[in-house]
Amino acid sequence: MSAVRKLTLAGAAALVAAPLLLHVLEQDFYVGLASRIMIYAIAATSLNLILGYGGMVSFGHAAFLGAGAYTVGILMAEGVTSAWIAWPAAVGIAALFALVIGAISLRTRGVYFIMITLAFAQMMYYIFVSLKAYGGEDGLNLATRSGVGFGLDLKDDLTFYYLVLAALLATLYGMHRLVHARFGRVIEAIRENETRMEAVGFPTYRYKLVCFVIAGAVCGLAGALLANQANFVSPRLLDWIQSGSLMIMVILGGIGYLYGGVIGAFALLALEEALSAYTIYWQLPVGIVLLAAVLLAPRGLAGIFGRSVPAREAANG
Amino acid sequence: MRKKVIALVVLALVAGGASAADRIKVGFVSTLSGPQGAPGIDARDGFLLAVKLAGGKLGDLPAEVLVTDDQFNPEAGKQAVDRYVKRDRVDFVTGIIYSNVLLAAAPSAFEAKVPYVSSNAGPSQIAGSGCNAYFVSAAWQNDGYHEASGQYATSKGFKSVYLLAPNYPAGKDALAGFKRFYTGKVADEVYPRLGQLDFAAELAQVRAAKPEAVYAFMPGGMGINFVKQYVAAGLSKDVQLILPGFSADEDTIKAVGEPMLGLFNPAHWAPDFDNAESKRFVAAFEKEYGRIPSIYAAQGYDAALMIDGAIRAVKGRVEDRDAAMRALKGGKPRSVRGDYKINNNGFPIQSYYLRVIGKDGQGRLINKTIGTVFANHADAYAKECKLK
Amino acid sequence: MSGILILEQTLNGLQFGLMLFLLAAGLTLVFGIMDMINLAHGSLYMVGAYLMATFVQATGSFVLALALAVAGTAVIGMLLEVSLFRRLYQRDHLTQVLATFAVILIANELVRLVFGSQPVLLNTPAALSGPVDLLPGLAYSSYRLLIIAVGLAVALLLYLLVAKTRTGMLVRAGASNREMATAMGVNIRTLFTFVFGVGAGLCAIAGAMLGPILAVQVGMGESILILAFVVIVIGGIGSIRGALVGALLVGIVDTIGRAFLPALFREFLPPAYASNLGPAVASILIYVLMAAVLFWKPQGLFPARG
Repeated sequence: MSAVRKLTLAGAAALVAAPLLLHVLEQDFYVGLASRIMIYAIAATSLNLILGYGGMVSFGHAAFLGAGAYTVGILMAEGVTSAWIAWPAAVGIAALFALVIGAISLRTRGVYFIMITLAFAQMMYYIFVSLKAYGGEDGLNLATRSGVGFGLDLKDDLTFYYLVLAALLATLYGMHRLVHARFGRVIEAIRENETRMEAVGFPTYRYKLVCFVIAGAVCGLAGALLANQANFVSPRLLDWIQSGSLMIMVILGGIGYLYGGVIGAFALLALEEALSAYTIYWQLPVGIVLLAAVLLAPRGLAGIFGRSVPAREAANG
Repeated sequence: MRKKVIALVVLALVAGGASAADRIKVGFVSTLSGPQGAPGIDARDGFLLAVKLAGGKLGDLPAEVLVTDDQFNPEAGKQAVDRYVKRDRVDFVTGIIYSNVLLAAAPSAFEAKVPYVSSNAGPSQIAGSGCNAYFVSAAWQNDGYHEASGQYATSKGFKSVYLLAPNYPAGKDALAGFKRFYTGKVADEVYPRLGQLDFAAELAQVRAAKPEAVYAFMPGGMGINFVKQYVAAGLSKDVQLILPGFSADEDTIKAVGEPMLGLFNPAHWAPDFDNAESKRFVAAFEKEYGRIPSIYAAQGYDAALMIDGAIRAVKGRVEDRDAAMRALKGGKPRSVRGDYKINNNGFPIQSYYLRVIGKDGQGRLINKTIGTVFANHADAYAKECKLK
Repeated sequence: MSGILILEQTLNGLQFGLMLFLLAAGLTLVFGIMDMINLAHGSLYMVGAYLMATFVQATGSFVLALALAVAGTAVIGMLLEVSLFRRLYQRDHLTQVLATFAVILIANELVRLVFGSQPVLLNTPAALSGPVDLLPGLAYSSYRLLIIAVGLAVALLLYLLVAKTRTGMLVRAGASNREMATAMGVNIRTLFTFVFGVGAGLCAIAGAMLGPILAVQVGMGESILILAFVVIVIGGIGSIRGALVGALLVGIVDTIGRAFLPALFREFLPPAYASNLGPAVASILIYVLMAAVLFWKPQGLFPARG
């Protein structure tokens, strides 16, 4: 078995065992924290798809996180608590937003693409702020967690954790298949040289759009899970600093590596949690680590330790 | 000999597990940074002063106060309370200044059945049909000061008043409260964004509307900027400015200075109160922190006193949360405002006074009490609350 | 709707727009000439405001403090350029975004370490704390008039610098075709450092002037930074004229939107909703404006290149 396979199995095993251990040590609070980290891992992985593999620097990815979260929140405020309705709706709405935003933004290139994705995210932020009926800027409390049936109660942190873990593993598996399929190779080729792919006859715009929508949809799922985990949604989920955080996770973890999003999410959030216990100035070491990572380790942590896919080259925005 | 030691150790372990709490843990979360941070800092300082004056104890038990900054962000406030009740297992949660943060964060305490003692925010959502058995306030219900202001405006005979408040729960409560007791004409009702600091656009509208008076509820840093810009725009000459105690207290006075002389504002307490507890508090606060305490500091102090009284009443057995709540809501808590009691919805029934900003013996700007607006006033939402 | 109201709101929009211009000018030059996205530009604005507050406390003179704050921020900006940003010019935009994002985090915390979490007090100079009677019935804040005056003066100075001096010519050459300029023997490195320093100085003026109106607090740069980016995209990257036009456009649209849209919506909706929708739509308007400009003129209104 290859080293990567072994590491993967070891990692999965650790994730499965961790909450039981925490439960025994009566540190249940950290089970909730771990769920939160895994949810962000899903979101970061979805961003990695378009950013790492696709070379599309989207500065507005948090919009899909927010769209998914608010779908669940608004439905719950209106009395719809079933996960079987709310979560697919979240994914669908996020995909729809991704379709619209992607259709317009992907007509631009380089820095303009960055700016326009940022602009769309900001627009959505202000739209959600104006939804006073659903909390507006102050956010919306969710009365409970989504109901999944089968006798499972998501209010139990342990149950919720395993559900999120399942979602994360499914996401990673899906990404793995996608990336190694023809679609994935085309996307990477487009990242390397779009003009050449166009000349060869590929409808590059369409491929990029599909990729963008898939990423948005997966991020919407992460948003739905996040709304459940925090029992709270607020427009802050959509602001550009949140988008920036997702990008930080991807670059810390390793752009273009399958586990880049996961490693990055763990690294950043665990770092934040650990540092904020020691000092209120925790953003300083985080900033320094990020700067060092960007300058010295452009391939991120995954790049330092392993290899999964050939490293991405410096693409033009 | 060894058997004796083992027995003692086992006894200690067992005893440690079974006895009543031997220390009190309080989770204090408030806005401690940014332009809206001054009230939170005052509340924290007042609370910690009370604990210090009691020898580091609450209810005669050693007290540990955990302090977190919510950064004026409802989500951060909610996470802080989650941590307090789940990880730190606190006995009481208190401290939140802003109503939007409270509405997001308090449910976490309620769900965990941990008493929340409010040292400031008192939104109407928690006062009426949404009232909760684990909530009690050592301050007031949001509308209180504004109802008093409306009453004051009516008594002065202002024919038209222009209303401004930030667009968040406490802002809505503010203008609703004012209108409940103001019988004249409302020239306009404007809700700038919470946290907004530049009021050029709003002030231009005020000028164009030509009202007799302006009533503005602007908490924290918003208030400082609003008053400064009001004066800079030349409005203070033609249009009377009425403020609730929130926008005319020490934090604003210190920042704005002389232009605030002569401003009338209602509140439930002023530093010149005559009772023993208040005098003790003001003297101790000035000695410890070198400044005159604001209402926010007084409320932080009172929250500590309320918790202290309740712990004594249950003789330290705070793990019985329901008993602790009954103790918090029943009886007459010690307070710098004098006597008051708690209504069925957890909010105080108390008096509101008219204050004016003048100078004290040392030439410092300070609020002085000049009259009573309401005596033993209950909030308007209590009857909608189903609790007893 | 009275004429006085419209005039006053227009003045407000002008004031806001001119300050935005100061930020956008530096940003567009850095972007246009060095092809670098600098998210930390807002941090220089914050540093300028903090230095101003410190120097006003220390010297008691508004004018002297302003000069010192501008100089100090320019020096800090140039140091940053030489030590860090220089390495980013050759990197891709994503790297620049993340590296400068990191600088924002670091700068915020350093400022908080030095100055504390409370906003620092910065007052308008006593002489300008009152109104000036512009017209019967319109007493406008004299300080805001000063801001407008300073903004216009700086715009004029920049124009003179860029259009009439040799350095300005080099800057324009670098903006329109960097490779050619280097090939023609322009000392690019010094030019870059100079441009960065000027940009930082402009930020400082904006921060120092707006400090008394807003609040000198940690993180004050972030909210205005986004607007500055919108401005330069609308105006055209690398063009100072574009930055001015874009900034005035954004400033006036935002102010007028905030002022009149609630009144407009109030005709149909209850006050709380109108007060929501107004600012929300006004904020979105700016991004819609940007998207529209990008759609019709993908390089902005006054592109510097070609």
